[in-house]
Amino acid sequence: MKGDASAGTGELVIRARRGWQPIDLAEIWRYRELLGFLAWRDVTIRYRQTVLGAVWAVAQPLTAALIFTVFFQRLGDPRGDGPPYPLFVFVGLVPWLFFANAVTAAGASMVGNPQLVSKIYFPRVFIPLSSIGALLVDLVLSLAAAAALMLVFRWPPSPAVAWLPLFLVATVLTAVGPGLILAALNVHYRDVKYAVPFLVQMGLFVTPVIYPLAGMPARLQPLAALNPMTGPVEGVRHALLGTPVRAELVATSLTVGVLLFVAGLYVFRRMERRLADVI
Amino acid sequence: MAVVIRAEGLSKRYRLGTGSAELDNLREAFVRGLRPWTWRRREDRAGGDWFWALHDVSFDVEQGDVVAIIGPNGAGKSTLLKILSRITDPTDGTVTVRGRLSSLLEVGTGFHPELTGRENVYLNGAVLGMRKAEIAARFDEIVAFADLAAFLDTPVKRYSSGMYVRLAFAVAAHLEPEILVVDEVLAVGDVAFQRKCLGKMGEVSREGRTVLFVSHNMPAVEHLCRSGLVFQRGRLAYRGAVRDAVDHYVRAATGGAADAGSHVVDLAGAATRKPGAPALLRRLELFTADGVPLDGGLAVGAPFEARVGLVLERPTVGLELVLRFDTLLGQRILVANSAFDPAFACDERTGAQTVICEIPSLTLTPGDYRVRVALNLGGVEVDAVDDAARVSVVPADFYGSGRLPRTGTFVLPQRWRVDRA
Repeated sequence: MKGDASAGTGELVIRARRGWQPIDLAEIWRYRELLGFLAWRDVTIRYRQTVLGAVWAVAQPLTAALIFTVFFQRLGDPRGDGPPYPLFVFVGLVPWLFFANAVTAAGASMVGNPQLVSKIYFPRVFIPLSSIGALLVDLVLSLAAAAALMLVFRWPPSPAVAWLPLFLVATVLTAVGPGLILAALNVHYRDVKYAVPFLVQMGLFVTPVIYPLAGMPARLQPLAALNPMTGPVEGVRHALLGTPVRAELVATSLTVGVLLFVAGLYVFRRMERRLADVI
Repeated sequence: MAVVIRAEGLSKRYRLGTGSAELDNLREAFVRGLRPWTWRRREDRAGGDWFWALHDVSFDVEQGDVVAIIGPNGAGKSTLLKILSRITDPTDGTVTVRGRLSSLLEVGTGFHPELTGRENVYLNGAVLGMRKAEIAARFDEIVAFADLAAFLDTPVKRYSSGMYVRLAFAVAAHLEPEILVVDEVLAVGDVAFQRKCLGKMGEVSREGRTVLFVSHNMPAVEHLCRSGLVFQRGRLAYRGAVRDAVDHYVRAATGGAADAGSHVVDLAGAATRKPGAPALLRRLELFTADGVPLDGGLAVGAPFEARVGLVLERPTVGLELVLRFDTLLGQRILVANSAFDPAFACDERTGAQTVICEIPSLTLTPGDYRVRVALNLGGVEVDAVDDAARVSVVPADFYGSGRLPRTGTFVLPQRWRVDRA
């Protein structure tokens, strides 16, 4: 696609696209309002006709934190000077559940909205992006719950809290990459629907959510750093609770996440051409 | 006039079976990926399971033109619209579009049942490419057009299907693109609303905007459009003035039997004959009042006469002739049967005969009707020709009031009065 109709008077040439294409940022900017509308739609629909509404956003990490506390308390703090385990695991679950829910929602988003794909054109990437965007509300609510828990446990925020926005952005970018790839793959191969819950479940155990990265055998730690969610989880916990981190491992993981994000944009762009024919 | 759409050598290929242009499942993709490259090439060349939905189509559309895109189902119309709307890429060829193009392949795309009417107007408007400010500026107009002000804050899942369509179309009708591409969206909603939509489309085209309109509703097409593109099996079969395009389409659709403009139809070699039937029906002639050949349209309520030439191979008693009128969409409208006339008597006959059917007043509303002719002998249909002719009923002052009947299926003489209660 070249020479896009920018102000409405331009010339648009429609032809077969081949090979790898970069994301068309100008087009995305032009349609930006729609992205907001779609995300707003996803948020509204999720909470309409629910009695508890936003409570559900917090109930999931709270329940999970409670269960992990009961069963895995001893995993949390090998040295015994860290935050209480319930707080430790809850703060770890905040980025992890965002990632897990975002990847799941994005993966199902295209297949769940076939008319948006086959009856109208707008940047297709908005469909998975808006379903991830809607989950930002949950992320904010669960962060608020984390703050409340810190008050309850009288655990003051660490001086590293200034880094929190960076790690939150990293969390979102890390979710977008695989989310886009799975969204496009799901249209072609419905196998994705069955694979995602399985991968997300496994992911919880190979990511340092319910245990600290430092709790892993030292020679496995560099390997764990290749997991793109290791950095965000360790980072958010470091920023809020002041748990110790190995900066080089976190940086490695964040880099993997960013690479995955860029790869997601390209893969989605390449697959989106055929989506309307296949869905 | 400036060309706003130029299609050059446009082609689109689909894979048959799954309707997909891609591989079906992960396993197949893996298996294929493992095969040597040379095998794959051979498979692609040998693969006869490809289908050209569009094949080497070229045309120009000038600014302000209102173009009908017509053709039978599967002719490639929808594929063309999807390419113009950028929903799918062509396999080959290019389209150049100058100006803001909006497409309407479905009304209410993006509507969500849980959202209220108001919320859906904003959402749908955004999906169709309107800015928030534009929607807000036209919001009252949209609501007035849909006539749903009282239900704005009700979730659309509680709307009747008619209300739903009205709201959806109202949003679409307030798009202001330079080029509008519309699929058969007018087939929904009740007649009054359809007229409102047609009126709105007429308005759009009078404002000098370019419209591409896909429809099977030939009267609407002829009323709204200036030129036509006829598609057949993925190729552009005809382009020209809308009247000629519709004629071309109908002629092609009826296997060449209905030669519009001529009152005599040769049935002997009709391609639409009932399979396996002997060609006993030979000829159909159509007339209006006083034996005047029916060459053009028949005024609403005018006399109609059909003369059917046929051949009886052996001495026959109890001949029965049936004329059936269907709309172009296949809805059965009227059955005329010689057996309905108690005065019709047919003694034993052999050889060539002409059976004459007179209808003193054909009270159908304006539109095109297909005529099917059938011959029954001894209660069994022995020969029949579908789409033997097309009768085009045109508006006329049937009631003598100056108000021309246009909608509904038929007209009837009627008397009205008002009494003091």
